[in-house]
Amino acid sequence: MAKIVLNHVSVSYIVGDFSTVGLKDVIIQKIKGTYSEKEFTAVKDVSFELEEGELLGIIGANGAGKSTLLKVISGIMRPTQGTMDVQGSIASLLELGTGFDGDLTVKENTFLRGAMLGYTREFMNETYHDIISFAELEEFEDRLFSHLSSGMKSRLAFSIACLVNPDILILDEVLSVGDGAFRKKSEQKMLEIIHGGTTTLLVSHSLEQIRRMATKVLWLDRGEQIAFGETNEICNQYEKFLNGK
Amino acid sequence: MGLVKKWALQLKKHQFLFEELVKRDFKKKYKRTILGMLWSLLSPMMQLLIMSIVFTHFFGRDKPHYTIYLFAGNLTYSFFRDSTYGGMSSLMSNAGIITKINLPKYMFLLSKNVASLINFGLTLIIFLIFVAVDGIAFSFKFLLLLYPIFWMIIFNIGCGFILSALFVIFKDIQYLYDIFTLMLMYLSAIFYYTDTYSEHVQKLFYLNPLYVYITYIREIIIDNMIPDMMTHGLCALYAILALTVGALIYKKYNYKFLYYM
Repeated sequence: MAKIVLNHVSVSYIVGDFSTVGLKDVIIQKIKGTYSEKEFTAVKDVSFELEEGELLGIIGANGAGKSTLLKVISGIMRPTQGTMDVQGSIASLLELGTGFDGDLTVKENTFLRGAMLGYTREFMNETYHDIISFAELEEFEDRLFSHLSSGMKSRLAFSIACLVNPDILILDEVLSVGDGAFRKKSEQKMLEIIHGGTTTLLVSHSLEQIRRMATKVLWLDRGEQIAFGETNEICNQYEKFLNGK
Repeated sequence: MGLVKKWALQLKKHQFLFEELVKRDFKKKYKRTILGMLWSLLSPMMQLLIMSIVFTHFFGRDKPHYTIYLFAGNLTYSFFRDSTYGGMSSLMSNAGIITKINLPKYMFLLSKNVASLINFGLTLIIFLIFVAVDGIAFSFKFLLLLYPIFWMIIFNIGCGFILSALFVIFKDIQYLYDIFTLMLMYLSAIFYYTDTYSEHVQKLFYLNPLYVYITYIREIIIDNMIPDMMTHGLCALYAILALTVGALIYKKYNYKFLYYM
């Protein structure tokens, strides 16, 4: 039973040049009085409802707040305003290779990832072979992860996220990986999952893919919700908007 | 305390993840080799050897069981250093995971600490061998060593919480901490005796948690006596203090770490 309800959700970030800031910089800035933190609202007033087994396509330009919205839904960030109700276990399909460890073997990484997604050892023991054979990595089981090609890495990431049967699956621009044959296979798998009742959130820049797979579409622009509704209707609007630019 | 209980429950729920993380950190630390493990033991041993030569031959320390005295200090200090350095980077080195999957963040710190604890355990065995070789008879009092070790684990975890949070926000904390640990080493009476100082100054040493843990171990092993109540109390106090501060920081910043990663 997976259901996602968002009610006027807004999310703010604190922004600044944090990645390079050290304690001494902050102290100097505080003394000089130039220290400032800015708040940036990445998602403004988004509302929608998804039933079990639906696939929501999220579209919009870069920086529209798509990934932030996914972070809120997966519980990593909290909405600054509005309420949210998400029921069910969540599997996020991460960007290529993140969270995998190059120094561990394919097998070890598979178990680690399974554990991160919240599954038990028994479950992973049972599913491990399906995952590896779906990813077509049987011969690479004991290879170090860093020795895989990028296509293989994403195949593994995809296979783990999909074969563990989550209630909610989050896909952030990851379906367009792998070669043509694998892409076809993965889309088929996706459809299978959706028919099995998993609620899916898909961020993609491929409108064609969204049209083919999504049951609902959410269009974001600079954090604001432009539209939410039936796939074809919104996709047509979005296309018109893109052509008009 | 309610927070700790909640975390213990969560830990049970995430047991599989915890085990996998421990395995990962262990494999990475020792690079899958026996030599890797030996190497991590060799480094404190070499340190001990150097210190023991320098201080017995050049500075003429000739009190009984000086090597054991030195070892007890170095053992504790190395455990603290190893554990907190690992702890400090535990959030940042897992940033890729933390920013994508909703997991309890302290798991990454705890798994790092398990690896340090194993290392400490191995060094402790060598320490006890040294004790036996040095002609100190084992007594039942040695079992009391579990008391400061328990609180040291808690203390290290608490410091790891604080440091890892600071490291997320201030990237230069690493360099400051280098200097801090160096200072701490000189302040912990690892290679010198405090009885040459006035009683007043001797009391000041107890403000240093590491000194308290070291003293506890030395009194048990070398003096064959049970430390006084104050030492017992301080062992627990510092640990609880560090853990409480660390836990509160994690609780407060749980959703904010993300902005800085």
